[in-house]
Amino acid sequence: MATVVVPQKMTMKDFKPEVAPDWCPGCGDFGVLNALFQACAEIDLPPRDLLVVSGIGCSSNLPGFFRAYGVHSLHGRALPFATGAKLANHAMTVIATGGDGDGYGIGLNHFIQAMRRNINVTYIVMNNEIYGLTTGQVSPTSETGMKTKTTPHGNLEGMLNPMALALASGCGYIARGYSGQPKHLMKLYVDGIRHPGFALIDVFSPCVTFNKVQTYDWFRKRIYKLEDTDHDSANFHGAMEKALEWGEKIPIGLFYRNPNPPPSLDAQDPGLQSGVLVRQPLGMTKEQRGKCIGEFM
Amino acid sequence: MNQADVIVGIGGAAGDGVASAGNTLAVSVARHGQAVFAYNSYQSVIRGGHSWLRLRISDKKPLNHGDQVDALIALNQDTLDRHLQELKAGGLALFNAGKLKLRYEPPKGVQLCPLPVSELTPAYAELPIMQNTVAVGAAIRLMGLDFTGLESVLQSTFAKKPQVVEMNVAAAKAGYDYAAAHFQPLSKQLQKTSQKWALMTGNELMAMGAAFAGCKFYCAYPMSPATHILEWFAGHARELGICVRQVEDEISVINMSIGAGHMGVRSMCATSGGGLALMTEAIGMAGMIETPVVVVNVMRAGPSTGVPTKTEQADLNQAFGASQGDFPRIVIAPLSMSDCFKTPALAFNLAERYQCPVIILADLLLCEDNETVDPAVLNVEFKIDRGEIITEANAQVGGEPYLRYKNTPSGISPRAIPGLPGHLYVSGSDEHDEDGVLISDVFTDPVRRKKMVDKRARKMDTVLDHVPAPKLEGPAGAEVTLVGWGSTWGVIVEAVERLNQEGVSANHLQINLLVPFHVKEVTDILSKSRRTVIVENNFSGQFARHLRAETGLVATGHIRKYDGEPFEPKHVVAGVKDILAGKSVVQVLSTEPGWQTDHPTGTSGDWSRRLAGAAVRSA
Repeated sequence: MATVVVPQKMTMKDFKPEVAPDWCPGCGDFGVLNALFQACAEIDLPPRDLLVVSGIGCSSNLPGFFRAYGVHSLHGRALPFATGAKLANHAMTVIATGGDGDGYGIGLNHFIQAMRRNINVTYIVMNNEIYGLTTGQVSPTSETGMKTKTTPHGNLEGMLNPMALALASGCGYIARGYSGQPKHLMKLYVDGIRHPGFALIDVFSPCVTFNKVQTYDWFRKRIYKLEDTDHDSANFHGAMEKALEWGEKIPIGLFYRNPNPPPSLDAQDPGLQSGVLVRQPLGMTKEQRGKCIGEFM
Repeated sequence: MNQADVIVGIGGAAGDGVASAGNTLAVSVARHGQAVFAYNSYQSVIRGGHSWLRLRISDKKPLNHGDQVDALIALNQDTLDRHLQELKAGGLALFNAGKLKLRYEPPKGVQLCPLPVSELTPAYAELPIMQNTVAVGAAIRLMGLDFTGLESVLQSTFAKKPQVVEMNVAAAKAGYDYAAAHFQPLSKQLQKTSQKWALMTGNELMAMGAAFAGCKFYCAYPMSPATHILEWFAGHARELGICVRQVEDEISVINMSIGAGHMGVRSMCATSGGGLALMTEAIGMAGMIETPVVVVNVMRAGPSTGVPTKTEQADLNQAFGASQGDFPRIVIAPLSMSDCFKTPALAFNLAERYQCPVIILADLLLCEDNETVDPAVLNVEFKIDRGEIITEANAQVGGEPYLRYKNTPSGISPRAIPGLPGHLYVSGSDEHDEDGVLISDVFTDPVRRKKMVDKRARKMDTVLDHVPAPKLEGPAGAEVTLVGWGSTWGVIVEAVERLNQEGVSANHLQINLLVPFHVKEVTDILSKSRRTVIVENNFSGQFARHLRAETGLVATGHIRKYDGEPFEPKHVVAGVKDILAGKSVVQVLSTEPGWQTDHPTGTSGDWSRRLAGAAVRSA
């Protein structure tokens, strides 16, 4: 007798593993993780079809706290790893996660290249504007003037603007969330994962231990939702204006979504035209081999 | 070895068409059934400088480019000046009579073959490169071959442009006929044979061998001398269904390759030493998360940017030390261009069986130069061994929870390909337990840490069973045993033959598996040798140190070369004689006997003494 498989809708529980996060109590990353559980349930994504790849840092511990296929790769290298993985099996949903130091510091080149390359990977950056795992050093997104262990006289360098950089690099889905607003964040994830190309979701995720400036309170006073304004997320120039806004008011929400997204890299790569790479037979036929050799005779 | 072969030297500046003339000549003779080994000594410039291509042609497959010149094709004045003195009696020099002047007296018995190029091809006025076609036509005639091979090559080269075919065939035929009418044939004449040959570089062989062995993902950053692997793959990606990407740097290259390998495809990347330096952290990650990946290092002369277009075998220490920490790795050095074809298949099988990175150490000599290969040897179906792998075909759902890094007696943990139900796991570059959960930080536990290091290390215990041990070649009980590794094999074979002919009994041992090492077999062989001489293309004797570390054996003598040029048989023969006469380390230098001290591009060797007898004919 044939077994009838009744499709069951995924719930948050399907993505929660036995291992509990070891983040500091109050860490913004809890909100990031919970919103991701909800988003994956909302999309109804079986864990076996999901790969979560991270780099190194507090936030990069996330795959260990998420029930799916996961890789906790090297510092700054989540995106190249995720890109190779997606190309090898583009039937799987691939999410890359990490922090501001991981993605905007040591991994910055890969971040820009991944956006330019438009691989269909969703990138969630837990941006706390500090190096947390190494106990409080300056980050590329630390504000100018900020005092940290390695900038005792104040940060002399400018702040990296991931939103503007993403716009300039051709990213087709650019959003910023706040871990204190998980429902809003979940919606940004869902749309980002569904976007048929590279999607960036930068998340304000306060570090309660090492960043005493950008606290929950600090963000709460400044942030406002683009969804509550007349911002048109299809307007590149309008998005750039919003990306440059920083100070007393800081926008969160969907900055930009390309209204005519080009096909992603994995949809176009010539080698993937016969289907998912990992399902292809290995080796070549005698005829294929003969043709390759014949080119040299 | 009987020098029943012809060595043609083609020289010119970059942009003079040295490589394309050489290629036309090589394919032409290959179509007559002649085997070729070609070595091009070139510079990292697009125009200017001096390129010197030697084509060794024989009905017996040559194993190296030899160490003399029978026929010189000089495409510029510099080449004629530099190389004329290398010709021996019976040899000949072809050059454009309208452009080049004979500035030095040729050696005795050398035939000068000035070609009136502008009279032979009207196209020359517009296209100076036509002098090459005329010269190649003449060379074919003087080597004793008919015109059909060259004609067919010109037809296929310019197949899309009938007018260009016509022009080139006419020029080649004019050179061919002019040589027949005005010059004496070369003393060594080539014969047509029925053997079919494919003319390929080691890079092309490496790429094709990998594709035939199931490589499905290849990515790279352009770096000489490995770039042609990327170009071959890119040109065949669509038809063969291989994902081929050029990416931002070698850090991205290796991490993408490991990402693809992790998902279950056979994944390879290639670079040279500088790129391998960038890859090292991730090579350690492949060891830690037990992902199969094949990394090719086509060595060039280092350190730093080094000498980008010159060969060396000096990245052995780098391959041994790529990445921090202890982890299993395999290092293989192909012995010949043909071996470049077979090595990726071996590397993939070992990488998948042992779930670890495999480094292939090739070099510029092997990978950039052309060799004829029997096509029948290439059209083979490689045995594919994917090791202990769990796919949809053999996955069992239910029962014991799946442990990705299960502590098994062999150390090999069955590897589930991501995407399967019931086999979820996280792989961490941090130390982790059998289930993949990290133990590096809060859960640190010395017992589990040691268990996991031991588990991974244990995998290496059986590698040697899958790779044949090196064998002694040549007469037993010889006076001297030459030991080499990787690409020097073809030169050492010929040097040993010559030594035996010259009354020095010699044999040799060539190593291709460097890590792990066949300690027992190599010790058995070398401890019985009367004298051992290690031949390697580096300054410090990196292999000699490795041999000593692995076996405790100390060689009698060392022949080393690190001037950028590869060994030639004569260097090894002379080096062995020096060692038998009491020297312990012989450092070899390539010299060009025709090179003048007042030459604008520099000086080299003892050419002035050799030139002393040659009177300057015209200022």
